[in-house]
Amino acid sequence: MKSVRIGAGLGFYGDSWRAVRASIERGGVHYIASDHLSELTLAILQKDRQKDADAGYARDGLPMLMELWPLAAKRGVKFILNAGGLNPEGARAAIARAFRDQGWKATLATVSGDAMLERFDELGAAGEALAHMDTGAALDTVRSRMLFANAYLGAQPIVRALEQGADIVLTGRVADAALSLAPIVHELGWKWDDWNRLALGLTVGHLLECSGQGAGGNFGSAAEWAEIPDYAHLGYPIAEVNADGSALFAKAPGTGGRISFDTLRQQLLYEVHNPHAYVSPDVVLDMGALKLDDRGNDQVKVTGAAGAPRPAQLKIVGGYHDGWMGTGMIGFSWPQAYAKCAKAAETIRTLVAERGWQIEDMNVEYIGYDSLLGANADPTYRDQLNECFLRMTLRTQDRKVADAYGRLFPWLGLSGPPYVGSMKGVQGAKELLGIWPTLVQRERVESKVNVAVEKV
Amino acid sequence: MRVPLWKIAHARSGDKADRADIGLFAWDAPTYAVLKREVTSARLKDHFKAMCEGPVELWPLDNLLALKIVLNRALQGGAARSLRMDNLGKAVAAQLLRMEIEAPADLPRLKK
Repeated sequence: MKSVRIGAGLGFYGDSWRAVRASIERGGVHYIASDHLSELTLAILQKDRQKDADAGYARDGLPMLMELWPLAAKRGVKFILNAGGLNPEGARAAIARAFRDQGWKATLATVSGDAMLERFDELGAAGEALAHMDTGAALDTVRSRMLFANAYLGAQPIVRALEQGADIVLTGRVADAALSLAPIVHELGWKWDDWNRLALGLTVGHLLECSGQGAGGNFGSAAEWAEIPDYAHLGYPIAEVNADGSALFAKAPGTGGRISFDTLRQQLLYEVHNPHAYVSPDVVLDMGALKLDDRGNDQVKVTGAAGAPRPAQLKIVGGYHDGWMGTGMIGFSWPQAYAKCAKAAETIRTLVAERGWQIEDMNVEYIGYDSLLGANADPTYRDQLNECFLRMTLRTQDRKVADAYGRLFPWLGLSGPPYVGSMKGVQGAKELLGIWPTLVQRERVESKVNVAVEKV
Repeated sequence: MRVPLWKIAHARSGDKADRADIGLFAWDAPTYAVLKREVTSARLKDHFKAMCEGPVELWPLDNLLALKIVLNRALQGGAARSLRMDNLGKAVAAQLLRMEIEAPADLPRLKK
């Protein structure tokens, strides 16, 4: 039976590619599907592009390829990565330049056409309201503050690039799982209305898109996390997808981590809303009959994906400026570490009130006590903590206030409660972004998607 | 007896826009039956009342011995707008594992 092996690439902008190297050298993969864009990574890339029109792509794609391409080319392994970010052509140009310098040969392709912000007027004229899909709020409440808005493309344009012989496909915003679904469809010849097989491909893509999380990383548990072998060399998952619509998950020999029923089902439900209608541009997946058959030895067989027809609309996610965050931190040692943090918080509140600053919200957290567990922190030992750090943040529309706020804290070192922790500098204002998920008729996007191929 | 979820289950959480979402997993079928009965959206809403301003959604998945939980309007508008240390909601699953439910004392994987 025909099959194709897809290896997980990066799971976020800044992830490590050491495990990808293991998948290429020892995992028998044919493709690497690498996800560099979380929901708001485009906001970071937008700032890069504002400073330099040639930037705006994920800068880890190039060094990853410089290390891995010689190994991949020798074995015929291809890359599909969304590291193009806001500027896939710019990413391609940078890679082409670097490859030429090395004398390397490759066929590079880009998929673009996901950028929607510059098309908002045209889309509005065509009758697209682009209202917030969760709250129903109207676009004009944020339009002037919108920094980027990109549609999630599906697997079809990536398949077109592969059909034209691409070895490396650079995309902007596409559905994360499309990075895997595309090579599966391309290699196994699945039809675009074969919903159950496409649903299996989507399942595979979803299980691969968070790199180490699909192989025992971040295994949320009260004790069992400590049984995950060899974190230092944790492998990334590899899926062997069969033409019959099944997949066998594994990882490269000699890597750490674990592929099991437990680690895979944690990733399966990760960042999913309704598990009976997991929507992608290419198919809607129902996870209700999926079977994860743990074969032992880090192998799990996945079958039973059920698919429904693809949606008529594509999702756009935009980000808009929503004020500034000011941050202050200070730590105290025992005795009464928590009480001293609380006194410092009260003092800072007084200073803020006396200055008459316009603020929208303030958040007070005690690191070492409740900064991760919130109201579900256990107060039993609160007053016996060895040490505690106060972290206070505020939201304001005034950047100067956010900057000035952090400078209130160092003064506490000499004029506040005793046994202060070392001050590690003052944090300046950080821009806050609101997120704007919305929907658009897919034809309006897909009619302008562009696939370009360049031989180096 | 009252049992905190960390003694009988495992969980991972993540974020999408202003939603925190959690997968809660039983180690075995008898425990799954207990989770399905005891971990209700009303209990969840109460447990997360300090952070979740919207409705709680809940789907049982018998094939995965799992509950899919979604807390709406729980991340101060979303990760890039949140003032919290845990802006991505990664520790929301740990918060859930602190929740106590009524459970039999003889569940197979009950931790001491």
